This record gives sequence, C-alpha cells and structure tokens, in this order.
Amino acid sequence: MQRFDLGENGLRALHKTLHAQAAQTKQAAQTNETAWEIVNPKGSHAIAVGLDAPIEVTVRGSTGYYCAGMNKQATVHVDGSVGPGVAENMMSGTVIVEGDASQYAGATGRGGLLVIKGNASSRCGISMKGIDIVVQGNVGHMSAFMAQSGNLVVCGDAGEALGDSIYEARLFVRGKVKSLGADCIEKEMRPEHLEILKDLLERAGIEADPAEFRRYGSARELYHFNIDNAY
Amino acid sequence: MADDHKSDIPRTMPIQSATFSQEVNAEIRRAAATGIYDIRGGGAKRKLPHFDDLLFLGASMSRYPLEGYRERCDTDVVLGTRFASKPIRLDIPITIAGMSFGALSGQAKEALGRGASMAGTSTTTGDGGMTEEERGHSRTLVYQYLPSRYGMNPDDLRRADAIEVVVGQGAKPGGGGMLLGQKINARVAQMRNLPEGIDQRSACRHPDWTGPDDLEIKILELREITGWEKPIYVKVGGARPYFDTTLAVKAGADVVVLDGMQGGTAATQDVFIEHVGQPTLACIRQAVRALQDLGMHRKVQLIVSGGIRSGADVAKVLALGADAASIGTAAMVAIGDNDPRWEAEYNALGTTAGAYDDWHEGRDPAGISTQDPALAARLDPVEAGRRLRNYLKVMTLEAQTLARACGKSHVHNLEPEDLCALTLEAAAMAQIPLAGTDWYPGKPGTGY
Repeated sequence: MQRFDLGENGLRALHKTLHAQAAQTKQAAQTNETAWEIVNPKGSHAIAVGLDAPIEVTVRGSTGYYCAGMNKQATVHVDGSVGPGVAENMMSGTVIVEGDASQYAGATGRGGLLVIKGNASSRCGISMKGIDIVVQGNVGHMSAFMAQSGNLVVCGDAGEALGDSIYEARLFVRGKVKSLGADCIEKEMRPEHLEILKDLLERAGIEADPAEFRRYGSARELYHFNIDNAY
Repeated sequence: MADDHKSDIPRTMPIQSATFSQEVNAEIRRAAATGIYDIRGGGAKRKLPHFDDLLFLGASMSRYPLEGYRERCDTDVVLGTRFASKPIRLDIPITIAGMSFGALSGQAKEALGRGASMAGTSTTTGDGGMTEEERGHSRTLVYQYLPSRYGMNPDDLRRADAIEVVVGQGAKPGGGGMLLGQKINARVAQMRNLPEGIDQRSACRHPDWTGPDDLEIKILELREITGWEKPIYVKVGGARPYFDTTLAVKAGADVVVLDGMQGGTAATQDVFIEHVGQPTLACIRQAVRALQDLGMHRKVQLIVSGGIRSGADVAKVLALGADAASIGTAAMVAIGDNDPRWEAEYNALGTTAGAYDDWHEGRDPAGISTQDPALAARLDPVEAGRRLRNYLKVMTLEAQTLARACGKSHVHNLEPEDLCALTLEAAAMAQIPLAGTDWYPGKPGTGY
C-alpha cells in the first residue's frame, strides 16, 4: 500500500497521482491493483474525486464535501465520517464509509455501491440514477427525493418525506418511516425483491434479515401532469 | 317615425378593453376550460425595453472612424483566463446557448454544432447530456452542469471544452425545466434514466449544493476532476445581477453567463416566462458594475444572452461591458424554426409562423423542437448548419461595421460612451444618456 500525506502534499498532487493510475490502466488494458492510503485528510473537500481505475484508496480520517465524487471502478474506503455529497454521481465501484455521512450522500449516483456504516443525513440518494446505497443506521428527511432508479437500503429509520416525487428507484427500510413523500407508497415485497435486498446486504457486509424490511416505491401518479396533483 | 328617429342616433363604437383584451379573455377561457396553466417554449413575448432603445453615436469631429471593409476590426474573444489552464479562444464574440437534446432533435443539435464550428465559435449542451452528434460536430463544446444531472458523467465532463454550471435561466429564474411525455422517446428516456413517455420534471435547485459557499466547493471538485484545464462558467438568470455576479465570482467562476428574461426555454409556464426576471437590457450594467467593483472586469468574462438578434444587439451588449453575447432563439430561427414555408402546418396546429411556441408538444413542422423521427428528418443538418454559419457571419460583420463607425479596432473597445438612449426607461436601465442630453435617471451627482 502506498501512502499519501494529504496535509503535506495537497489535493492537486493527490489527484495527479490517482488520475495517473487511470491513464496507466487504460494504456495497459489490465487491472491495476495498486492500493493507496491517504493520511491527514483533515476534513478536506473533494478527496479522491473523478477516479477511473480499479484501485483501492483508503482515507484515514474524516472528509469534507464530495469525497469520492463521480467515482468509477475504484474502491474508496473512508475510515471516518464524510461531509455532504459523498460519492455524488458515482458511476461504478464501491465507496464505504465507516462513520456517518452528511447531506446528499450518493446524490445522482448512476452506478456502483455506497455503504454507510453509520447514519446518513437528509436527502440521502437524492435524484439517484442507478446507484445502490446501503445505510446501516438511519437516514434523514427527504431521502430518495426524485430518485430515478437504483436501490436505497436503510437498516434503521427514515425521516420525513421519504421518496418524495420518486420515479423507479426501490426503497427498503427496516425501521420506522416518519412519513412518505408525494407519490411514494409502500409496495409488496415479492421474492425477487428479497433476493435483491439479500444480495445488497451481503455486498455491504451488513448482517440483517431481509424479511424485516418493507419496500417503498412510486405510485406513478405524478408521471403525467395533472392539475389535481399540484399543491 | 319614432323608430326612424332612433336609427339616426349615432352609436357608441364597440371598444375592446385594454385590460381585458381579446388575448386576455382567450386565456381566461382556455384556463376555465382546462384547469391547467399555459405551458410554452421561448422567452418573454411582451414588449420590453430592449437594445432597439439604444443607438450608436458614431464618429464625428471628436471621434475618428475606421474605414469600413479595409481597416482591421478584430472580433476574437478568450474565455476562461482566470483559473483554467486551457481557456477557450473563439473567432467571434457570439456563442450558441445551451439547448438540450430532447428539447431539440438530434439533427438540430448537429446543425448547431456544424454552424457554430464553421463560424469559429462554441455551442452548448443542455438538460439532457452530451450526444455524439453534438460532440462530433462542435469544435468547441460547453457542457452544462444542471440541477437534474441527466446524462451527467465524468467522461463527458472531460470531453467538454468548458463547463457551465447552470444556476438560473432568464426565462425562469428560480424554476426548473419540464419536458413533456411526447418528447421522451426511447433515446431521450435512456439518456435521462427515466421511463419512456412520462412528463419529466427537472429540479430547480442543484441536488448537492445550496449556496455560493457550497458552489465554491463544487467548482473545486469539478476542477480537480478535470485537472484545472476547463474554464468553468456560472450561468444565472436575470434576477439580481449585481449580487448574482458577485457571488458567482466569489465562488470561483471563470466566466459569468447572464441570461435576461427574453431568453428562451424549451417549456415553462407562460406566467413564469412573462412575470419573473428582468429585461436583458436592465441586467448588463449591474453585472458589469459587480465585476468592476471586484476588480474582475475582463478578468472574469461576461457573456450576455436573452433576445440577441443582430450584430447591432451584439455590439450594444459589448459596448455595455460584456465580453460576448449568446444566442438561442435566434439560432433556432436561423436553422428554420417558425419558417413561413410551413405556414399551412402551423395553421393546422392552431397557430401561425412566427408565433409557434408549443415546442413542448413535439410537433414542430420545422423538425427542430421535436423527437418525431419523420418531422426531425425534415431538417438537413448540413444545410441548416450552413445557414447558421451565414447568420453568425452577418452578425459579426454588422458588429464590426458599427465598431468601425465608432473608431474601434476591436469590438471589445466599444464602450458606453458610444451610445445614447431613445427612451427614459432604456436610459435608466442601461445607464446611458438620453439622446440629446448628457443625463440618465439615477446618474450620480444629478439628484434624480
């Protein structure tokens, strides 16, 4: 594992190094198994963003905004908590947060797996577009707002207005849901959903019984403009 | 006899109410019949103080003109010199504004790319992501980063020549977009990750930042992902241009794009288009003053859009302190939108050439604001691109003609002193002296 001191070398040097991994990987057309450890993150913003190589990056400490933003292929492990927008617009790969996550975790993510071992704040999974998000704790209000596709698994409770204006994303919640947002309803948990949930929990390394979860999704009442839906 | 006498009495002429005009009454009846507000494309249609209310003074005894056609008058512009390691260099100070694939057909987007590239300028994506037609035919392509993030991905971010973070739009400052189901075909749905045929709503706020302090961090992220190469624009609607420009600069913008209320949209409520925002003319001096107050005029470039139609408009925008102008509606007209050749079909849609604005319905006879394959096939991208090139060339020649008449060897040398205003409103909004005076409302030291 190669060590990078962020406090000493700075963000630009970090990304020059990590993005060079992507270029090398593409040229060589083979997997690059290089692992990186970032120390002294000190809550910095935009750590390990725009990665595009199958590398492993471990951040020792907590981060600011947009950690692992737009990630592709890489596995980013944060040994701490993360600020707003962790793994925003992630395309693929895996991001694991040992602590808590602030607002907008996994916002607009299009692929990959985001695992939050602690709690996630408001708007977790906002406008998600295919990403899978597994939260071991609770999620805050307006989570999965305008969620388009993908899966959000909440092992704890969900705050107010879960899944407001949701499209085709699947929401699985084990605990209480304070309230559902516009056009979000509870749906039947069929065997195929239990399989999806079981797989997600396994991939996230979280022990939980899929049978304890309830599924929520779109009533599809907002799909075509109707004046009676305006308020 | 009595009846005959009555018929001789002059009658009062039928008088239409200025308040309850035929147009107003028709809208009341339409609303009463449907229960839904009117949705349409385009920008504000009401009469507003505009660039026609300004004139150039030209040269005289105290100003020395340049010889038309012979003496040099440059038009090039560099955008993104503040932080980007690869600023954009354009031959002309007129860019093509953001318009989405989805709102426009693939052929229309290709035509815009072709025309802009031939004219030496940039075109811009929109709320639907980047298409291959567009990237392939645009020498310089600006990638819009929008609240919806439809189709957003880091590869396209890196393939772009600049990034435009869209905060607001002149047609609807504070509003999100909509694309109705008629235009969400399989390709558009796939790009936006939505079910086919649904009415799509775009968010009015970005999902992962909420204010200028956050935006500064977002811009940092975008720069880190793209290696600090790309100019980053911030686009604002004409709402509070002084503060919006100030905050965009504070957040780290290389370029501010300012869109007045005549700027178009693919589909928005008519009440929004006509009743929110400020006229383009009223926005420019405020934005320029913000840049000057920060010591950033010309260091952060200003692009102005919203109702730009001619080289005269471009020259006036530049004289008021902008670095470039941007066109959307005019570019659509140049490639064939609202062309009278389709009059019979416009009539069949209950409208007429020049007034057609139901772009959201996807039935555009000109094949531009549609996803219907048969209609879209009517637009030849090569020929339409040629028309756009010609139009951009004419606008540039016009702007050069006016600049030379004012004695300027570069269109950027035009200045407020070259202008006068025809109306009090234009004088006040543009802070340009009323014709025949040295005064405008609000002029410092005048007490008015």
